[in-house]
Amino acid sequence: MDRVDIDTRIRSLIEPFNKKGVEISDSTTFATDLEFDSLTVMDFVAAIEDEFDIIISMNQQAEIENYGQLVDAVCKLQND
Amino acid sequence: MSEGINQSDQPVAREGDAPDLFSKFDPLIKQRADLLASGIEDPFSLVMERVLSPTQAICNGRETILLGTYNYMGMTFDPDVVESGKQALADFGSGTTGSRVLNGTYQGHRECEDALKEFYGMDHAMVFSTGYQANLGIISTIAGKGDYVVLDIDSHASIWDGCALGNAEIVPFKHNDIEAMEKRLKRIPEGAGKLVVLEGVYSMLGDIAPLKEMIAIAKRHGAMVLVDEAHSMGFIGENGRGVAEDQGVMDDVDFIIGTFSKSVGTVGGFCVSNHPKFEIMRLVCRPYVFTASLPPSVVATAATSIRKLMHNADKRAHLWENSRKLHKGLKERGFTLGTDVPQSAIVAVIMPDLERGAAMWEALLTEGLYVNLARPPATPANMTLLRCSLCAEHTSEQVDTILGMFERAGKAIGII
Repeated sequence: MDRVDIDTRIRSLIEPFNKKGVEISDSTTFATDLEFDSLTVMDFVAAIEDEFDIIISMNQQAEIENYGQLVDAVCKLQND
Repeated sequence: MSEGINQSDQPVAREGDAPDLFSKFDPLIKQRADLLASGIEDPFSLVMERVLSPTQAICNGRETILLGTYNYMGMTFDPDVVESGKQALADFGSGTTGSRVLNGTYQGHRECEDALKEFYGMDHAMVFSTGYQANLGIISTIAGKGDYVVLDIDSHASIWDGCALGNAEIVPFKHNDIEAMEKRLKRIPEGAGKLVVLEGVYSMLGDIAPLKEMIAIAKRHGAMVLVDEAHSMGFIGENGRGVAEDQGVMDDVDFIIGTFSKSVGTVGGFCVSNHPKFEIMRLVCRPYVFTASLPPSVVATAATSIRKLMHNADKRAHLWENSRKLHKGLKERGFTLGTDVPQSAIVAVIMPDLERGAAMWEALLTEGLYVNLARPPATPANMTLLRCSLCAEHTSEQVDTILGMFERAGKAIGII
């Protein structure tokens, strides 16, 4: 799966969590722009993990601040 | 002589309110100030002026029923427990001034560990200075770099801090969600070490974990299992060993973590295990090694209390009666509770928001009832809770009194 496919799938996964309909770009941050709290993060991460059959540990999550970094991380985990 | 020497230190004058390392606490400082400005007494700085019994104290000069102390079995004033503490204080002094691995292991620490081994029917027991340190130490030490810790998202702060102190990969799953746990275990790379961390009773809502199902899955995936039974020791399970005993899965638990600060009635923590190499923990577990051991009087009271807790079936039965009666009574009066049925000695009353939660807490205190106010981030789903923990020494009449207090306070605040 290439980056574009992964990006498309994550974009559709993020929709129900993007309550304010913020426009998503690679630099959109989860904490500030999307205002995700810890519970939202858990549910959102679980949705991605289930979709791609991967684990994104909290250690890895700590490195992911914006949307682009998330897509990169999922690409990397998919190819590992 | 220079003038400077005669001058005492002057505090640094701050200009305005320049940002510094404390700025990150500003939102919390403001929230707290706003709450107190509304005239509410600070729920987090109550002083127990005198303690009359496991269920009664004097707070603000008023006799108060204690319903938020986790003193489940009411051992704090047990005459045998108190006497053993006095004796140890006289015989061994006020403190050990040393680490367990240096000069801090007295006869009493050994006897306390022997009592724990007998209580749980396990081969090894290790006593820590607090329950917090037991989780901190065991989790951070056994799960190392490249290993995975799979834990419930509603785990206690000491479990999370144990994860943060160690170097393992941390993978949380949705509270009590068996399927979510299994999915995560399945995805862990082959060959990696796995530790599943669960609690018997979750202290915020007082709900129990489906340990039987979860532990079976954990074992199927080759994981070691640690269960924190802090809130179940002494009254859940046939011998009071906890939820794992109650659900018949004690033999599949690798580590049980517990505390002396609840049913046992003093302070301290422990881990019991049947692992053949467990004793090495005493040398490698930093929160065990690099702190002073418990005072002799504390381990003596703990050992006496643990031995008495082995034979307490009547008290256990009465505690369950109290829990059922309080749960039923609060439900009938229209309060929203954390669980549909009473699952432990904790009954959590869900408040609509922090403001009304704090107002209700204060109204109950004025009535003469102490409960815990629990608020985010300690609570799940950002809830504000009034957490009630029952004691085997509460009389049935006291529970009636408590229900009357809740009813009056709830109506006055407009929650029911």
